[in-house]
Amino acid sequence: MSVADVAYDIVGREDFSDVTYLLEIREPDLARAARPGQFVIVMSHPEGERVPLTIADFDRDRGTITLVIQAMGKTTREMQAGLRPGSSLYALVGPLGRPSEIGTAKTVVCVGGGLGVAPIYPQARALKERGAYVIGVIGFRNKTLVFWEDKFRAVCDEFIICSDDGSVGIKGLVTDGIKQATAAHPDIDELIAIGPPIMMRGCAEVTRALGIHTVVSLNPIMVDGTGMCGGCRVKVGGRTRFACVDGPEFDAHQVDFDDLMFRLARFKPEEKIALERWQQGCRIESAPSVP
Amino acid sequence: MAKKRTIRSIPQGRTPMVERPAAERARDFAEVTCGYTLDEAVRESERCLFCPDEPCVRGCPVGIDIPGFIRQIGEGDVRGAYDVLTGTTLLPAICGRVCPQETQCEGVCTVGQSLEPVAIGRLERFVGDRAIAEGWSSRPDIEPCAFTVAIVGSGPAGMACAADLAKAGCAVTVFEAFQQPGGVLRYGIPDFRLPNEVVDAEIAKLTRLGITFRCNTVIGRLFTLDQLVGEMGFDAVFIGVGAGAPTFADIPGESLNGVISANELLTRCNLMRAREFPERDTPLGVGRRVAVIGAGNTAMDAMRVCLRLGAEEVLCVYRRSRDEAPARAEELHHAEQEGITFHWLTDPVEILDDGKRGVRGLRCQRMELGEPDASGRRRPVPVPGSEIELECDTVVFAIGTNANPILGQTAKLRLDKRGYIEVDEELATSMQGVFAGGDIVTGAATVIEAMGAGRRAAAAMKRYLGLADPDVPYAPAGDAGLFGFAADQRDHARVRVA
Ligand SMILES: Cc1cc2nc3c(=O)[nH]c(=O)nc-3n(C[C@H](O)[C@H](O)[C@H](O)COP(=O)(O)OP(=O)(O)OC[C@H]3O[C@@H](n4cnc5c(N)ncnc54)[C@H](O)[C@@H]3O)c2cc1C
Ligand SMILES: Cc1cc2nc3c(=O)[nH]c(=O)nc-3n(C[C@H](O)[C@H](O)[C@H](O)COP(=O)(O)OP(=O)(O)OC[C@H]3O[C@@H](n4cnc5c(N)ncnc54)[C@H](O)[C@@H]3O)c2cc1C
Ligand code: FES
Repeated sequence: MSVADVAYDIVGREDFSDVTYLLEIREPDLARAARPGQFVIVMSHPEGERVPLTIADFDRDRGTITLVIQAMGKTTREMQAGLRPGSSLYALVGPLGRPSEIGTAKTVVCVGGGLGVAPIYPQARALKERGAYVIGVIGFRNKTLVFWEDKFRAVCDEFIICSDDGSVGIKGLVTDGIKQATAAHPDIDELIAIGPPIMMRGCAEVTRALGIHTVVSLNPIMVDGTGMCGGCRVKVGGRTRFACVDGPEFDAHQVDFDDLMFRLARFKPEEKIALERWQQGCRIESAPSVP
Repeated sequence: MAKKRTIRSIPQGRTPMVERPAAERARDFAEVTCGYTLDEAVRESERCLFCPDEPCVRGCPVGIDIPGFIRQIGEGDVRGAYDVLTGTTLLPAICGRVCPQETQCEGVCTVGQSLEPVAIGRLERFVGDRAIAEGWSSRPDIEPCAFTVAIVGSGPAGMACAADLAKAGCAVTVFEAFQQPGGVLRYGIPDFRLPNEVVDAEIAKLTRLGITFRCNTVIGRLFTLDQLVGEMGFDAVFIGVGAGAPTFADIPGESLNGVISANELLTRCNLMRAREFPERDTPLGVGRRVAVIGAGNTAMDAMRVCLRLGAEEVLCVYRRSRDEAPARAEELHHAEQEGITFHWLTDPVEILDDGKRGVRGLRCQRMELGEPDASGRRRPVPVPGSEIELECDTVVFAIGTNANPILGQTAKLRLDKRGYIEVDEELATSMQGVFAGGDIVTGAATVIEAMGAGRRAAAAMKRYLGLADPDVPYAPAGDAGLFGFAADQRDHARVRVA
């Protein structure tokens, strides 16, 4: 079939830890169109699943986009095992979702929890370029998982790093970092948080009491990413919204996080089967062959 | 010339089409109906009276010369029948399978007034299938013109528009959001009704016309409409993005796990091949007892897919009666044969939580038919105190779709109140050089109407670009090879450019 030859070549890879890795992919049109807050959907091979991933960075000169991925289940682990410079993706579609509103807020807190540090980065950078006073709050479970600290610090006017075990920065959750920032700056206009749902919910609770406008980026299970399946529906302000076309960013104080967390568990049994089957396949492949 | 046929002289019954037994087919994805053999097709063609007023042609949304192609079949000239068909339709193998013939051509067939109507759809499919098997195509001798055209969406509307413009010599690029082209034909209608190979064959024909498909490309996101007509230099654009966005009923329990739209179910099953999980990575998440809400084609497909995926019981819940069900008659009939349990005049009011955020059942209200509503169908009204609970673990919504919002969000296109694209009688939108057709203009409709809209838009686009009407085919004189084409190829629709 004459499908136009658009190659989705991997041109860079970096491993931040056993479970987190970065892929840089060449797709000049996508690099040009991408805006902070948007995501892509990738299929690593024709039998694969469509996996949504946030655009963590884009470089219009190099014509590349950057994804930072956490190896969770079968697909993200298989990608971790198989993809490196020289290989390519079967499908890459985007940029999807509505871009973040960079707005006019003067003092903004950008919160990234764990892997969420990557997707929040382009927003922090855009805010900084626009002249906002940017306070970065990032959190990791421990020191070994830290990545992009310097890169992130470079786009912040103030920077707070937290870890669950205190092995880096202040000991505590990002919500502790937020409290520290809000205590020092009563004039904070906006807070943007990206990370696991439980963390985003925690952030929303802290800022609700303080009346700070808060934006979160939701990550429900998706298929098409173009508004055609409704799998990504989330409850916001009591209404059903499709995260892929109405979001992924929403007003945190309106989001029903419990609903999101339950819906994320929708395929737990299937995910387990897929992962176990894949791991077994890996063991068979790596076992010495019997003559 | 043979004796004039009369209603008494023709074979009285329709030639049956071989169908796989319900019990066997309801467990796999191979096609349900097997198509006519040449003998069967010829026999069925003998039921056509060639009546002078040809109501069937007027019953067809695109006006196919139905008696014309049937006559060719009767003469055993299948290739000739194909040429007659493709004078109007581009997708006979598809439309023969999925058109609602009973409300179109066959619904007004003269024979149908006293006997069963001529099986026009089956005959059309027979010719289309033969063309695919034999590799026929009407590859015209295209004279390139200088124009480039972008088509957004690769469903039947986009496919038809692309084909006509490619034949007119335009360089055509089709942009498709999914990883494979075909629109609903690919991700929606399942294989047992429309095998993927048939869609592949139609797409392959388009690529042979020189059309380029660029998949994984969402217009409005990767490129905006302004970019297409601006810096990217397309001289005209056609939008055929379909209706797509599923609706839910706004009843309690809709966000429970186990509640899914038919679009999601079908996309996972057909496009992502979730039915082969875990061979393929995409899971499906359908349980043992499935309730499907709705009774259109989408609902029938969703129900029959669930059966094939191993559901023990599949229920259809519809608030009107069987007579109002919008599905094709054949699909409804097949669904009944395959053992779907129908709950007519039943309106869901709540999806019940199993306590673990899954589904345990569907609470419904019984309905009765009241006065006719705006659509002329009798309005269902609740019967007081008639609530029932249906046990199920999966609920599928197949109650219609809305306009997809992406293009509206990202371009200055004029939309109607419901979010569909507004067009004039030339199918031109409010943006200069941008045309639209298919479900994104009319709301969810049919394959043949979308295809017809694509062709009408192509004609309008040719006028807009100042191209002469290339639809007048150039008939090669005599049997001699002309322009280097062997006479038996008989497929020069020679195209001249203004
Ligand atoms: C808008 C958006 C942006 C995202 N950005 C990133 C990112 O930048 N980096 C990153 O590592 N992850 C990101 N994710 C999550 C990522 O898509 C999932 O981790 C991935 O799909 C897991 O696939 P798996 O097969 O490896 O794991 P699985 O075992 O299939 O799933 C692990 C968990 O991921 C979630 N998940 C599974 N399938 C999907 C799916 N199709 N869509 C969304 N979530 C799913 C489920 O909650 C599941 O419990 C994002 C998700 C969304 C919706
Ligand atoms: C399950 C199901 C069963 C059906 N059964 C029948 C039947 O038996 N008979 C019948 O006549 N009709 C049937 N229909 C209706 C029929 O399929 C549609 O009316 C017809 O396909 C509409 O064609 P279209 O070209 O307008 O759009 P579609 O077929 O919807 O194609 C639109 C394409 O555009 C792509 N797209 C969307 N947005 C963008 C974008 N921004 N950029 C790029 N690409 C984009 C989509 O991915 C899709 O591939 C059925 C529909 C469904 C859903
Ligand atoms: S992912 Fe399908 S509608 Fe959002």
